[in-house]
This record gives sequence, structure tokens and C-alpha cells, in this order.
Amino acid sequence: MENQLLELLQDNCRYTNRELASMLNTTEEAVQAKISEYEQKGIICGYKALINWEKVPGSEVRALIELKVAPKPDRGFEEIAERVMAFDEVEGVYLMAGNYDLAVFVKGHTFQEIALFVGKRLSPLDSVLSASTHFILTKYKSNMVDMQNLTSDTDERECFI
Amino acid sequence: MDYERFLNSKIKSTKPSGIRKFFDIANEMENVISLSIGEPDFKTPWHIRETGIRSLEKGKTWYTPNRGLSNLREEICKYFDRRFSVKYNPDTETLVTVGGSEAIDAALRCLAEPGDEVLLPQPSFVCYEPLTVMAGATPVIIETKAENDFRLTPEEIEEKVTDKTKLLILPYPNNPTGASMSREDYEAVAKVVEKYDLMVISDEIYAELSYGTKPVSFASVTGMRDRTIVVSGFSKAYAMTGWRLGYALGPEPIIAQMTKLHQYGIMSAPTTAQYAAIEALQNGDNDIVKMREQYDMRRRLIVDGFNSMGLICFEPKGAFYVFPCIKSTGMSSEEFASNLLMSKHVAVVPGNAFGDCGEGFVRVSYSYSVQHIKEALGRIRAFINELEQH
Repeated sequence: MENQLLELLQDNCRYTNRELASMLNTTEEAVQAKISEYEQKGIICGYKALINWEKVPGSEVRALIELKVAPKPDRGFEEIAERVMAFDEVEGVYLMAGNYDLAVFVKGHTFQEIALFVGKRLSPLDSVLSASTHFILTKYKSNMVDMQNLTSDTDERECFI
Repeated sequence: MDYERFLNSKIKSTKPSGIRKFFDIANEMENVISLSIGEPDFKTPWHIRETGIRSLEKGKTWYTPNRGLSNLREEICKYFDRRFSVKYNPDTETLVTVGGSEAIDAALRCLAEPGDEVLLPQPSFVCYEPLTVMAGATPVIIETKAENDFRLTPEEIEEKVTDKTKLLILPYPNNPTGASMSREDYEAVAKVVEKYDLMVISDEIYAELSYGTKPVSFASVTGMRDRTIVVSGFSKAYAMTGWRLGYALGPEPIIAQMTKLHQYGIMSAPTTAQYAAIEALQNGDNDIVKMREQYDMRRRLIVDGFNSMGLICFEPKGAFYVFPCIKSTGMSSEEFASNLLMSKHVAVVPGNAFGDCGEGFVRVSYSYSVQHIKEALGRIRAFINELEQH
């Protein structure tokens, strides 16, 4: 049941253990044990609602910042990553292979606020070589979900025999 | 103008499908969640669609040979040997049809005639009885029983055999019950088929959707290859319902007559679909495995769901239907389906749409996403709880 359980929980973490057990042809106890194990190992890192903030009036705006940084001889990218992660404005930090090093997802009340955050707090950090800001306008798909309902999910099957 | 005198009396006396009625009502309602559709919810796998598209780009827009493309017939025979260990000759024992339905119709019309009796186990798919009537023969219903998990027993056949019996239809894995016949079940049936010298039309369209057991073709049972027309197709295994492509496999003298009928009535099955089907047979085995895993998960969820709310439901081993018993509610199948639709906006099909012996049951399709099934089960549970409180 290994990956199947994770896939089901990623699909919907509110399935009951009974539902999961019946789908995976096992017992509720086995499901619970496996989930606890995943939690302890940090494979399951949390259970959060997937919110489309664009639909919430007056909510924050978001941006992707491409950071080029100079890695430290002893801790590589981790030291700078740790410092960037510590800001409340930062929602996500990924280490990238390619034209830049860190992808930083930032939220703020206005685009201006984000621009100021980048200019005054992120860029001046020791070892940041450059920062390039991209504002996110709309999320079409996020976490496997069609956030804007672009793909029609109406059931087109109409043959009733 | 009075059309009555022009119309064929047999088609006039045929009832429209009982499934239809409920959808007309359901279609008018808001927020309806349906568990009533009898086709896969998956789209045809992309590589298969792409092959169909490419055939159009290449201008493959003519008729194919009447029997179907020879490549396709070869692939069908290879597939059938690989999956069911029965060999057929692609040139003389294979006919590509417009869905399994055409193959059933053609087999009935080429074998049955007035005076013949055709044994038909029910509950079963709605087409066999009217098609038998239109072929001029007399359907004789065998009522399979819940206590046997709706499998067909040799005793049930013997009770209905007369000296007029010519044909037996085997609708397994079964729509609507999800019942499935094991090799042992088929061997027992084969003895009776042999004893009374019957021919068999075995509708194996759902064979790939078998859970926990390897599917068995009736033609693979000793002595039965010569007595069986196997009907199958691409709709259920590869989620290709809209392509309209099926096939019949059987003894050369019968396939030859069916090919003649097909040639006059149809010409040839859709060309684009035939090219796509070659790709399905060559590279689609994994798609079947993936879809079957999904159906299997849903199957277990829904069986557990019904049993836990007191609607007893045996564990079906095939197709994508469950057939829970609703007698404990004191309602008829139609009342149950209708009340459930009106009060909770959940559509299921009354069991008696598939034969009188389906009374007391409803057909529930799990050809829906797990989320959808979870929501529907929640509503059905609420419906049952409210009944118990009154």
C-alpha cells in the first residue's frame, strides 16, 4: 500500500482511516500505523487546506524571486536558505539547478510591499549576488488542482443504456 | 398519418430501456450526483487517441475490409491468445464490429430464428432480450440468484432447457451485478451445454475488469471453443466507448455468415477507431492495469460503504457495478431509486431495469472518481439514517 496511501492522502487528507483501509484492502489499524510512521519520518509534513487566495477579497499578492547566491565553503547553500526562510513574508524556498540558485516564493499586501521587501531586506543579505522579481498574477494549476476551473469537470457521459 | 400500420410489430412491443427514465428526471435537477452511468469515466489513453489522429492526418479515411483491418484482426487474435489462451484465425474466425453490441446482434440474427429458444440469464444488460425478439426467436429468462452471487448454475440451465433451446447467452462479468464466472463455474455450465447441444454467445466485454482473479474466457473451457461466439471489444478495457469498436471470435462457418450480415448492414467498422485499436492492443496493456487498479480501489470503497450502512452487497469480482440489496428498506427498487433521487439527488438505477429478478436491488456504478463516490455514499447514508428514524 506504500505509495498508494500517500497518493490518496495527497489527493484528499480527509479520507477516514476506514475509507483508506477499504480502498487499500487493509485494516484501519494498519493505515493508522503507516500514517504515524510517515509523520515520524517527516514524509508526511502536514495537513493543510488548499486555499485559492485570489478569491478572498483583500488578500495578499505573491511573487517568485530568482536569487543568485554565492555558496559558502562550509555550509553550501543551506546557510543563506536558512536566513531567507526565516522571513515571515517567505512561503517557499527551493534550491534550483539552472540560471539561478534559489527560487523564493514571497507574499505581501501589495506589489510595492514585495518590491520593497526584496530591495531592502532580501538583496542586501550577505552572499546574495542578484535578485530578480516576478509577480504572480494567477495560479491556473497548483498542487494538482485546477484553481480557476478552466478544465470543465462536467460529466459529459450521456448514454443511458 | 397513421404510422402504426407501417411499423414493425416486434419493435413496437419492445419496451424502451428502463434505465433511461431516471436520467430524464435527474437531468432536470440541480446538484445531482449520479452513480448510474455504465461507461468508463477515464478518457481513452492519449497514445491511443494520438494514433487515431495520426491516421486521419495520413488520410486513412476509406472503408476498411469488411472484416476489419488485417493488422487489427491479427492483433486481436494475438491478444486473445496471450490473455485467454485461445487461438483464432484472424482471416476466417474474426470479425471487427461496431462495438460489442453489433456483434451480439449479428450473432443472434445469424443463429436464432422463429421457433428457437434463447436462454438468457438475468439480471443482465438490457440489450439481449429485445435483440433476441428482433431476431425472431423466443427469449427464455433464467433468474440467477443473490445467494449464488448471481452466478449461473448448471441446474438453473437444465430447468429451462427444452427441445427448442438453441442458444445460451453468457453475460459475464455481468452488468448490472458485477458477478463473474470462475473456470469451475464455466466448466459446470459447459457440461450442460454439451449435453443439450447448445451454442453459446459469451459477452466478455468486461473481462479485463476482473479483480483479484485472472479473467477466463468461456471459449477456453475444454470443448467450448467450437460452441462459442466470443463477443468483446475496446470500450471497457481501454475506455474507448465513443470509438464504437468491438469484435466477434468464433467458428469459421458462423463468423462467415455474420460477416455477410455485417457487410450488408454496416460495411465496415469505423476506420479511425480501427487504427487506434491496433495501438491499444500493441501498447495498451499498462493502461488497463492502471485503470483496473483505480476501479478496484473504488470497488472496495463502495462495497464497504453499502455493507456498513446495512444494504447488503456481495463483493463483485468484475465490471464496475455493485448491486446492493435494498429490501431492508421495505421499498421497491423503483421507489428506492426515485426517493433517493428526490430527497438526496443521488441517481442509481433500479435493479428491475435488468430483469424482474433484479427487483429488490439497485445498480450502482463506480465508474466515478473516489471523491465523487465518497460524496454519494455520504448522501445515501443520510438517506438510510432518515428512513430508520421514521
